[in-house]
Amino acid sequence: MAKYKMHVLVCGGTGCHASESDTLLENLKTIVADKGLDNEVQVIATGCFGFCEKGPIVKIMPDNTFYTQVSPADAREIVEEHLIKGRKVNRLLYVDPENKEHISDSKHMGFYKKQLRIALRNCGFIDPENIDEYISRDGYEALAKCLTEMTPQQVIEEMKKSGLRGRGGGGFSTGLKWEITSKSVSDVKYVVCNADEGDPGAFMDRSILEGDPHSVIEAMAICGYCIGASYGLVYIRAEYPLAIDRLKTAINQAREYGLLGQDILGTGFAFDIELRYGAGAFVCGEETALIHSMEGLRGEPTVKPPFPSVSGYYEKPTNVNNVETFANVPVIINKGADWFAGIGTEKSKGTKVFALAGKINNVGLIEVPMGTTLREVIYEIGGGIKDGKKFKAVQTGGPSGGCLTEKHLDTPIDYDNLLASGSMMGSGGMIVMDEDDCMVSMAKFYLDFTVEESCGKCSPCRIGNKRLYEILDKITQGKGTRDDIDSLRNLSYVIKDTALCGLGQTSPNPVLSTIDNFWDEYIEHVTDKKCRSGQCKALLQYFIDPENCVGCTACARNCPVNAISGERKGIHVIDQATCIKCGACLEKCKFNAVFIK
Amino acid sequence: MGQVKSLADLRKIKEELQGKMSLREKSNNPESLVQVKVAMATCGIASGAKQVMDFFIEEFDKRNIQAIVTQTGCMGYCFAEPTVEITLPGKEPVVFGYVDTKKADDIIEKYVKNGELVEGIIPVNYETIEKK
Repeated sequence: MAKYKMHVLVCGGTGCHASESDTLLENLKTIVADKGLDNEVQVIATGCFGFCEKGPIVKIMPDNTFYTQVSPADAREIVEEHLIKGRKVNRLLYVDPENKEHISDSKHMGFYKKQLRIALRNCGFIDPENIDEYISRDGYEALAKCLTEMTPQQVIEEMKKSGLRGRGGGGFSTGLKWEITSKSVSDVKYVVCNADEGDPGAFMDRSILEGDPHSVIEAMAICGYCIGASYGLVYIRAEYPLAIDRLKTAINQAREYGLLGQDILGTGFAFDIELRYGAGAFVCGEETALIHSMEGLRGEPTVKPPFPSVSGYYEKPTNVNNVETFANVPVIINKGADWFAGIGTEKSKGTKVFALAGKINNVGLIEVPMGTTLREVIYEIGGGIKDGKKFKAVQTGGPSGGCLTEKHLDTPIDYDNLLASGSMMGSGGMIVMDEDDCMVSMAKFYLDFTVEESCGKCSPCRIGNKRLYEILDKITQGKGTRDDIDSLRNLSYVIKDTALCGLGQTSPNPVLSTIDNFWDEYIEHVTDKKCRSGQCKALLQYFIDPENCVGCTACARNCPVNAISGERKGIHVIDQATCIKCGACLEKCKFNAVFIK
Repeated sequence: MGQVKSLADLRKIKEELQGKMSLREKSNNPESLVQVKVAMATCGIASGAKQVMDFFIEEFDKRNIQAIVTQTGCMGYCFAEPTVEITLPGKEPVVFGYVDTKKADDIIEKYVKNGELVEGIIPVNYETIEKK
């Protein structure tokens, strides 16, 4: 066996993959082999490092060098300079945005300092397509411990004691769910992993499946042991090809090792996993809709009860948990419930993975202990708002959640605090907005999404959300009235109270929370017909300041609809009726004569 | 590799594999370990730095010492190659010159294990940018 002196870890997550990290990996491998170093240097692809903003990421061990934005062409320099001569390639190191210094070691990057990676423990550290690397990191030890040393009831007790709550958004106690399913009497039961991640801008589950698929497989087997199921199903959306690929590889490897299949570890316990593909409908993240979709029916929810734990897949007791929830399970068994319960806040234990997106410097995947404040997440880990703009709000919980504002910045993030602030944990999407974002448009964006994704089964969701959208659209067009805001509020409450499933019950949340937190902006839109961020184009008016206009005709020549008139060297005027508010004149004017009102 | 039949099997496999991963595990906490940097520029390699580096890696493993061995560029002491810089946890780095495998053995036994200095130390005679 080759004794490697150096390991080169190349991020193989979807983000970096899209920036040609696969070509980079090939280049590194080829050049390393050309130089005769293939016995000394191991080059592997890992899961997501989380620092997607600066991808592709390459990490070199043992000196822990963290290279960012590495292109396939940089491979030669890395091999020749770093691997052979031991000199770090400075231009590829991360530059601290504050003091402009090169930081070579990821431990000293603000992005990683506050993080605690439990669910992401192996992401960016192991090769997800190699079961050996997972095993060397205590992989399948938890399953073995459960099967040989613990009764199902003991495992359930341990899960309950750990305080782990569903990471898909609901926040229901995982141990309790397992207990209920275990008590349902049936010849066949099922374990289902919900990998139907549908929030716009969320990629937590995808990254876990891509970076550490075995942790989910192991946890599903543990769950099967607890509830008495020997079949597992992963419901994954077909538009996650890389995650599907890695998951398939992992399942096959586990079967080869006898860690899935009949008589696992000689204990007589049998468990196997299959994949079911979803077509990417948001509502299929709801567990009853998900189950119907797996059965080959339309992805529509049904009334609960009966809960899936009593009657689920083909009317058999079914335990549905989210990817991230499962990823926490092996660690809890290995390290103990007390260890896990020691992290986080009183009612929310452990950590939470968030996908940071929007107007933030460090877009990426992070994992922090529950109870971390929004300020820490946005400013310390996220590196603050892009281009030094002012923070305005952050949307948590995706289209089902609400927005949090400056006054919530110091609220510790956990399930209950977020609910109390009018938002929710959701699956962990965090979209950051700055002063240039209009909150009415933001609510409209999410409603547009829900209208599109509503399955249409119940009227409040199908019709109500459409009306909400129309009213919001009217307001952004400058045609709204005070009454419209009241209608929005009333309709929202009706939908929340009467919709069939979680999708409809939560879809008005973005509307309600923006009305609560940004009342002034709504009023400005309807009474002053003004949008302070300038995002609602219909509410803008462009003018030319006669003081500054020199009559250069640049604006008139560039206006696509010929709305600007004026003689050469004379003052120009914009015809408001023709103007389409494209902003071309503002961009072209060199004399600051064009302004928006 | 065959099937994993029992917990004992799994643990055995894990132990076998851990050696392969230890390099990565250790690099997460370099400050708490012995750090060895071997100068591996042309001059170093010509004087046998490669063998010395291999020796360090293998011997630390055998003698059960948690250490990180990395290569670095020329330190400038070409007259004294191979040169090796050793940083014990919480201590200032010390540079040793003329390190062959015998000397390396000495360094591990005396300096790394007991903190005793051995002959051939090259005193620091320059300032780094960081200190300025």
